[in-house]
Amino acid sequence: MSSALPTPEHPEQPADATVVLGGPEIARALTRIAHEILERNKGGADVVLLGIPTRGLPLARRLAARLVEVEPTLDAASLVGSIDVTMYRDDLAQHPTRTIGSTDLPGAGIDGRVVVLVDDVLFSGRTIRAALDAISDLGRPRAVQLAALVDRGHRELPIRADFVGKNLPTSTTERVRVLLDETDGRDAVLIEGTR
Amino acid sequence: MKHLLSTGSLSHKQAVRILDTAGQMAATQAREIKKLPTLRGRTVVNLFFEDSTRTRISFETAAKRLSADVINFSAKGSSVSKGESLKDTALTLQAMGADAVVIRHHASGAPHTLAHSGWTNGAVINAGDGTHQHPTQALLDAYTLRRHLTGGGDPSGRDLAGLRVAIVGDVLHSRVARSNVQLLHTLGADVTLVAPPTLLPVGVEAWPAEVSYHLDEVIDTKPDAIMMLRVQRERMSSSGGGFFPSPLEYTRGYGLDARRLAAMPDHAIVLHPGPMNRGLEISADAADSPRAVIVEQVANGVAVRMAVLYLLLAGNETTNETKVDA
Repeated sequence: MSSALPTPEHPEQPADATVVLGGPEIARALTRIAHEILERNKGGADVVLLGIPTRGLPLARRLAARLVEVEPTLDAASLVGSIDVTMYRDDLAQHPTRTIGSTDLPGAGIDGRVVVLVDDVLFSGRTIRAALDAISDLGRPRAVQLAALVDRGHRELPIRADFVGKNLPTSTTERVRVLLDETDGRDAVLIEGTR
Repeated sequence: MKHLLSTGSLSHKQAVRILDTAGQMAATQAREIKKLPTLRGRTVVNLFFEDSTRTRISFETAAKRLSADVINFSAKGSSVSKGESLKDTALTLQAMGADAVVIRHHASGAPHTLAHSGWTNGAVINAGDGTHQHPTQALLDAYTLRRHLTGGGDPSGRDLAGLRVAIVGDVLHSRVARSNVQLLHTLGADVTLVAPPTLLPVGVEAWPAEVSYHLDEVIDTKPDAIMMLRVQRERMSSSGGGFFPSPLEYTRGYGLDARRLAAMPDHAIVLHPGPMNRGLEISADAADSPRAVIVEQVANGVAVRMAVLYLLLAGNETTNETKVDA
């Protein structure tokens, strides 16, 4: 997760949390990103959406469903995969041991295709750097693009997103949390720690 | 978890976590590029005071697949043969900056001494000590059992509840049996030890396992898996060492052959920690049958040892909470 802070397993909303995006806004942002992906790549034939666990994966699945709505010839299942970046992180020694997620590529692999990485929050860019390393061990895509639901700034590496749901100016002391129906029971983007 | 010395100290949660991590590690080993950068810059020392092929190679492979530097140390041809003590060897390794020490020693308890003496700051992983423990072997056996016997699909998060496993042979000298009895019990499996009375240790009735002297009776109870132990003739004084009258008689009573294999249920699998004494505790028919997962155990050993190295070395365990998200 790009928010770089531990997320409790059962998040309840603290008193100081502000909801910046609700369910409808998230849905609209994903629909727009889906169209942008198709536009940029002149269709979805070569596209593979790789979600970064935990919350990038449901986002990638939702994007795939929208791509199929626009281009019914696509097959949602062969569009989506997950890529775990835990073993490629540069901050493993600074945190308690992380649980390794699963990496599942679509059957056709990623060689020669356009990989769109999907993550919930883009923050320091270190998760994406790790993902780029992971991808280079898995194959050689024609291009790699990045879609993030929220870009909160404070990049520490020369990395930018190609598709952004919402740019969210934040201070480094704040926490941005994305809640999704699939993992948390509801859709929302929260900022915590604002006073 | 700072060290891995014994399966007895693993909680249910820790054990399942190691198996789940091993599952993810195994998935990376099916790729074209098997090397991961996870432990770059870390040093793992394989400190082997006792002969070993598969365990040492397995640990070496696991560490190298995670990009750790590996130093192999075997007692033969080292200063140990000049009389150097474990302490001085450990201090030397500490001076060289070992992050983890994988130790196999002929004395039960040597890894425990190393871990708690302050001679080394690194994580200590027991790769077999005397007749005491061999935790990574038990973990790879549990991983193999879980893959084959807990239903299809992704076995992540499952334990071995309700599985019935028979462990047959030289329990007295077997660190594999001790480790397995504790781990399989923790994971919810029912273990039956089968051996001649002379090859059962004193106090075995206190172990969390059933004990039987008759292999055929146990096979009639339709176990889900049977684990054959090597008869450790190097730990016995003469051919049978007085533990059994003759190899032939041992084979008749406790060897797994085609007839006994046929009497087992169709789904049951055969495990052996290796190296096998073909013709003594296991016949060639049984060892080469498709139900024997002995070669797969070796492959799983690499994944399990990668998981153990990852869990002991990758994170900073000064904080005890575990980060759940990726």
